[in-house]
Amino acid sequence: MIELEGLTKRYGEKVAVNNLTFAVRPGIVTGFLGPNGAGKSTTMRMILGLDHPSAGDVRIDGKHYDQLKDPLTYIGALLEAKAWHGGRSAYNHLLCLAQSNGISTSRVREVLETVGLTAVARKKTKGFSMGMGQRLGIAGALLGDPRILMFDEPVNGLDPEGIHWIRNLMKSLAAQGRTVFVSSHLMSEMALTAEHLVVIGQGRLLADTSMADFIERNSRSYVRIRTPQRERLLDVLHEAGVTAVDSGGGVLEVEGGKSERIGELAAQNQIVLHELSPQQASLEEAFMQLTAESVEYHAHSDTPREQPWGDSWNKGA
Amino acid sequence: MATTQVIRSEWTKIRSVASTVWTLSLAVVVTIGLGILISALSKNEFDNMSRDDQLSFDPTFISFAGMSLGQLAMIVFGVLVVSNEYSTGMIRTSLAAVPQRGKFLVSKIAVATGLCLAVGLVTSFVTFFVGQAMLGDLKASIGDPGVLRAVIGGGLYMTLIAMFSMGVAAMLRSPMLSLGILMPFFFLISNILGNVSATERIGQYLPDQAGSRIMQVVTPVDDDTPYGPWGGLAIMVLWVVAALVGGYVLLKRRDA
Repeated sequence: MIELEGLTKRYGEKVAVNNLTFAVRPGIVTGFLGPNGAGKSTTMRMILGLDHPSAGDVRIDGKHYDQLKDPLTYIGALLEAKAWHGGRSAYNHLLCLAQSNGISTSRVREVLETVGLTAVARKKTKGFSMGMGQRLGIAGALLGDPRILMFDEPVNGLDPEGIHWIRNLMKSLAAQGRTVFVSSHLMSEMALTAEHLVVIGQGRLLADTSMADFIERNSRSYVRIRTPQRERLLDVLHEAGVTAVDSGGGVLEVEGGKSERIGELAAQNQIVLHELSPQQASLEEAFMQLTAESVEYHAHSDTPREQPWGDSWNKGA
Repeated sequence: MATTQVIRSEWTKIRSVASTVWTLSLAVVVTIGLGILISALSKNEFDNMSRDDQLSFDPTFISFAGMSLGQLAMIVFGVLVVSNEYSTGMIRTSLAAVPQRGKFLVSKIAVATGLCLAVGLVTSFVTFFVGQAMLGDLKASIGDPGVLRAVIGGGLYMTLIAMFSMGVAAMLRSPMLSLGILMPFFFLISNILGNVSATERIGQYLPDQAGSRIMQVVTPVDDDTPYGPWGGLAIMVLWVVAALVGGYVLLKRRDA
């Protein structure tokens, strides 16, 4: 269990993490989602006692990080890639960590086997690919067989097979009753692994909810229509009390799952339809919508398009 | 978490990187090699020296002449042992494993210092004996008054200069910045300050100038240094303590 209480980090004027309060519970994978620069890594560093909070508090099983005896046996963390000396072998890197926390040498070999680095264990880590580096970081997190695991962007740099492996690893760790806290800037990744979701943007808490709730609340269903008789269809729909929105490119969108009704109305009025398709907005869109106001670095969209749910995500650009 | 665990871990770190081996071997080879060369040259020059120089001729100190260059390798060792943690990003992994930062720094410095002391003492004894062999009938004997003190002092000097560098590196974090300050300082600036009469008074309180006094057996004729061999070493120890305390305070306060 990780508990954050009003956790805040300021760098001069800039607030990187703003009054975060939430708990990460055991037995499930909790996704920590936010756009780049939202404060995810800073929050994780504060959990590990690496960065000092400007205000607030964070506890692991009720204790501050530096009060944990042999902390690697409580909480294992994968921080941003390559937090080790490239001239040291993978085995020696893990060995020095193990020794500092009274972990046996046989456990070092075990985790090397688990992450599939046994063959290169004696090689200097500076020759490692990004994926191998990520595996070494994960080996370091697993080393103390901790009850709590924290992964910062674990799928970065992994090939599809590696991504599949880390997803299953996280799920199995949670199934063993461990606390798994994993950050990502990709909603699609979270949707596959996380049961619970904590979303932050510009350091502020935007959502702390179960994944199922998030999907239900945020996935918008609508009907997409294309017709050569646009004005006529709009009139008909209007008379029937159905609101259609023009989403550009000759496409109309109607909120909700009313495709049968629209089809029947069109048939009754002999309107030609080129397309009538029920759509489900992706979670990625829901996430963008949620964090729209807080995205720090906007990209300019090349094809300006009226957003049916508002154009706020382009406003700051 | 027991301190012995952290000490073992730091020993694994130090023995598993190449820089440890090459910096320390360089310190040994340069100190001994240059000591042999300068001892041999001094023997040949002795007859051409002035009377004052002949009276202040210090065969022990002459055999340690290579240390002025060998100490630079000790400085590199001291800097790298600490700043490697920062330049590689290892520091975050290290502090996540050992969140008690005082214990982390003390263990690291204890292990590195122990290694320096062993290497320093061996180097000092070897450089003394081979240096004396080169000096022929001008040589000092290990049993002469003050000589054993000077030889052990040579090992202590090498250790302290490395410790001072560890403290500076803990404060500055960057290896390039630390070396960029320490190398020219000990190779040039300190010597200049110590040899120009206007700045001599300040210069003699610098860590290397004060500390190297321990390696002198014969006091130069016109010497007016206000401290003796152990007094000089004590001044160097104060510098080392100041650098290490500074490093500890900053490590404690800063984000990793």
